[in-house]
Amino acid sequence: MKRIGNPWVLAGMLAGIVLLPKGVDSQTPRTAALAAFDTIQTVLQHPRCQNCHIPGNAPLQLDAGLVHTQNVQRGPAGKGAPGLPCSTCHGVTNPPASYGPNTPPGAPNWSLPSPEHKMVFIGLSKADLCATIKDPKRNGNRNLAALLEHVSHDKLVLWGWDPGVGRAPVSVPHDAFVASFKTWMAGGAPCPAGGEAKSARLR
Amino acid sequence: MKLSVNGKEHDVSVSDDMPLLWVLRDVLGLTGTKFGCGMAQCGACTVLVDGQPVRSCVRPAAAVEGRAVTTIEGLSLQGDHPVQRAWAEVDVVQCGYCQSGQILAAAALLQAKPKPSDADVDAALSGNLCRCGTYQRIRSAVHRAAELMEG
Amino acid sequence: MTPPQDSQPELSRRSFLKRSAVVGGSLVVGFFVPAPLRRFAFAQEPPGAAAAPALPPVNAFLRIGGDESVTVLLAHSEMGQGIWTTLPMMVNEELDADWSRFRVEHAPAATVYHSPVFPIQMTGGSTSTWSELDRYRQVGAVARTLLVAAAAAQWGVAPADCRTEKGWVLHGDRKASYGSLAAAAAQLPAPDHVELKAPENWQVIGKPTRRLDTPEKITGRAQFGLDVQLPGMLTAVVAHARTFGAKVRSFDPAAAQAVPGVRKVFAVPTGVAVVADHFWAAKKGRDALQVEWDPGPHAGLDTAILRESYRAQAKSAGAKAAAGGDVEKALSGAVPLVAEYSVPYLAHAPMEPLNCTVRRGAEGVELWTGTQFQTVDQQRVAAIFGLKPEQVEIHTTFLGGGFGRRANLVSDFVVEAAHVAKNLDQPVKLVWTRDDDIRGGYYRPMAVHRLEGALDAQGAPVAWRQRIVSQSIVAGSPFAAMIKDGIDPTAVEGASDSQYVTAIPHHRVELHTVDPGIPVLWWRSVGSSHTAFAVESFVDELAHAAKRDPLEFRRALLAKAPRMRAVLELAAEKAGWGSAPPAGRGRGLAVHESFGSIVAHVAEVSVDGGHVRVHRVVCAIDCGVCVNPLGVRAQMESGVVYGLSAALYGELTMKEGRVVESNFHDYRILRLHEMPQVEVHIVSSREKSGGAGEPGTPPIAPAVANAVFALTGQRLRELPLRLA
Repeated sequence: MKRIGNPWVLAGMLAGIVLLPKGVDSQTPRTAALAAFDTIQTVLQHPRCQNCHIPGNAPLQLDAGLVHTQNVQRGPAGKGAPGLPCSTCHGVTNPPASYGPNTPPGAPNWSLPSPEHKMVFIGLSKADLCATIKDPKRNGNRNLAALLEHVSHDKLVLWGWDPGVGRAPVSVPHDAFVASFKTWMAGGAPCPAGGEAKSARLR
Repeated sequence: MKLSVNGKEHDVSVSDDMPLLWVLRDVLGLTGTKFGCGMAQCGACTVLVDGQPVRSCVRPAAAVEGRAVTTIEGLSLQGDHPVQRAWAEVDVVQCGYCQSGQILAAAALLQAKPKPSDADVDAALSGNLCRCGTYQRIRSAVHRAAELMEG
Repeated sequence: MTPPQDSQPELSRRSFLKRSAVVGGSLVVGFFVPAPLRRFAFAQEPPGAAAAPALPPVNAFLRIGGDESVTVLLAHSEMGQGIWTTLPMMVNEELDADWSRFRVEHAPAATVYHSPVFPIQMTGGSTSTWSELDRYRQVGAVARTLLVAAAAAQWGVAPADCRTEKGWVLHGDRKASYGSLAAAAAQLPAPDHVELKAPENWQVIGKPTRRLDTPEKITGRAQFGLDVQLPGMLTAVVAHARTFGAKVRSFDPAAAQAVPGVRKVFAVPTGVAVVADHFWAAKKGRDALQVEWDPGPHAGLDTAILRESYRAQAKSAGAKAAAGGDVEKALSGAVPLVAEYSVPYLAHAPMEPLNCTVRRGAEGVELWTGTQFQTVDQQRVAAIFGLKPEQVEIHTTFLGGGFGRRANLVSDFVVEAAHVAKNLDQPVKLVWTRDDDIRGGYYRPMAVHRLEGALDAQGAPVAWRQRIVSQSIVAGSPFAAMIKDGIDPTAVEGASDSQYVTAIPHHRVELHTVDPGIPVLWWRSVGSSHTAFAVESFVDELAHAAKRDPLEFRRALLAKAPRMRAVLELAAEKAGWGSAPPAGRGRGLAVHESFGSIVAHVAEVSVDGGHVRVHRVVCAIDCGVCVNPLGVRAQMESGVVYGLSAALYGELTMKEGRVVESNFHDYRILRLHEMPQVEVHIVSSREKSGGAGEPGTPPIAPAVANAVFALTGQRLRELPLRLA
């Protein structure tokens, strides 16, 4: 994984400051923001999120992060391979409870990030993760406000807290996650110093 | 609920959670769509919904109301869809149980990608299990079907 | 083999009448061959050796319609192996009818359809094609003789002056179609002798022929058991225990009965049945049902512990299955090579979940099911209803895979369906879910093999001791008479009769039969599914210990087994054995004889991220006379895939008596992207025809394991193969 140089982090920070939503306390200490990023990392690198935020083209599944069976591929638009779109198995909602465990969960727009904006979360260090989500080239051209909107309301993101029968939800409550995101932004969306990758599982 | 299957409208009265598979098989009598696992692991229940492949065992029938469902019975009138012709030519089938799903998955692939590579075939059809092991012939038949479609 | 109580059910008149229906707008006229049946000379068998079997009653096997249709009735079940095509090919080799007019049906259950090699109507042991090579040709020959006689009589000419061509009898410029002659032919006496064509004159047998069941299988029209629909039919699912041998203590049907569509909830010997208008309601009813179980005597089962007990037992002497020389002495005079191999329980997991439909009527009971064991099912269901076997009519549907699971010694799912039906007035279809199938028992038994071998100073093997610990498949069943001197042959076949083993001067194969209470059954290739892995892996280990090329070592050992050696050499040659494999890949080989055929595989593998990937398999088979090369190729591809699923993934584990796995997410089978390129080479042979359905499976696991060793130096002695 290529490490991202400081200029990008700086640019991202500036963008964050400029684009802070109204009503957020711009005096929130940077230390609080950095602490909030720990929570953000916990969420983004939870299996419910990172299993599809991958560097390669084969998504993962289950808490163990095993390669998705069926040879599932990201595909040209992140929606699966031609002939095997994600929607073949994944509906726009989780299946009814009567379908039992291990049935494919669902949410609107079930997909991976596109190949152009892979937004890799898995295996990244705190610093790299932070740089990644702030980089418009990798995050789908989102500024921080758009990111906040995304993590607050996107139905596929929200699925992480309602993942269906037999699947652990993201370990941090969603409102706590959003609050942390706001704290982080309010503190200038700072990125922690570089560190080792959290996990070596990069498939 | 109202279902459109193979161009025919049906009005069925079933529970909201009843999977499309069981409505097709047990209510409409369309048994070409098969039950293999009940959890989208095997692909035997594959149908097309608005031309896209769907595992009907994990999709409530209610979710496809107002959309066009195509089953193996409706893929072609005479069993002569290019995929079916290729399947016959290459002598793909063995027990035959998984083949409805395989054929619909192949038809969906060729719709999305008329000249698939081997990797495309592997990516599109690895969700369909075959216990008899017809995979090698499926690969050949998909390429043959692509040729037949080209004409 | 002893048949289950032989009560000789006869084909009921009713079912014959039903079958003489109007087809394609014209009346089908069946042949009728008057009794008593005459003696018949077999073309391929030396006369006089045994009492010549009677000529087959043609009308039970063949109908020629006024509409020119030719309908062949199968005495065996089509489960993917292709007999829907090969048996009609045999008929047409002699009949000379128009192939495009052929239709095929499963025969009803009746004595006349008993296997030529087993005293029951059944499908298994890779016998359907080779065992019918005479009978189905005779059927065609008798029919042709009668058609020619009918035409000759019409024209007032000698039959010998007539000839046939593609459904026509010809004489000079006169010709008459088979269909037009059928009614007259049916009135003629059966010939007392027909001469079958000499193999060198065969036109059909040996010719690659596409399947006759394709049109219905690519359009969804093919009827499998699960597709049966009858007026007023209900659907049942049964809540099964989680441990083997458990019994229902009590149950509360209220929650199940509250599910809309559920009609009835009641106990059956195997659990609690929930009967509903359709599957979905029945399944939801079962999910809601509260059952208290008496877990029974096997609630402590744990496969990890069981395997260790097998390993311990393999260190002591067992019952003798094969012996030659003095293995004790030969082993004590050397530093023996010792290795232990183990294989797990496996489910057959056919794609079509098990099911059976039952309708009770005034005259008896009708069954619709995909079965490999009509006679057994018929007798067991008759006993449940207090009927005679012939009052149980079986409609055999297509089988969505069998692999042995549908040849159940106790007819488990069929009997369960009968018990459900006994509680109902309406017809009922019993459906097993995939969970029921994976957790329902009747597995390939777990086995441990302990091998000890010694080489002489020249590196040739001189001693081989193999101790097998496993369960008996046939013990306690009507087939228990197969057990001789404490040896169930299904536990040792492929080892005790291996031409490798018997070629070694001092050899001994022993068996410990254990009974942990887990129901077991024949799983595609039966004993060879594990003996081939142990034998061919250990031969490979000996070759490496002797510092010899694995092919050369085997060739020397097979000096007195020329067919086996030739098959091995063919596969090796076609695979480029001796040349370097592509970068990053290793090659391994194995050869094994089973079911009358010999198959060798050369596997080419790589290792990626701890996983074994099989890229290419070069297969050679000598099955003697090959009826349909296209079908044999398909069966080799099929056997490889089935064996690879087991070699790479297949394993059932039990903890606290419960089977852990439940569906294809945790009982994985090979998927298309994991499919190697398989090349099949068929030895041209006039030897006695052998099987094809099973023999492709046994040698693939050892070929892959041997290839992994060649590539990595890791000797994997357990299935499924797991790299360290």
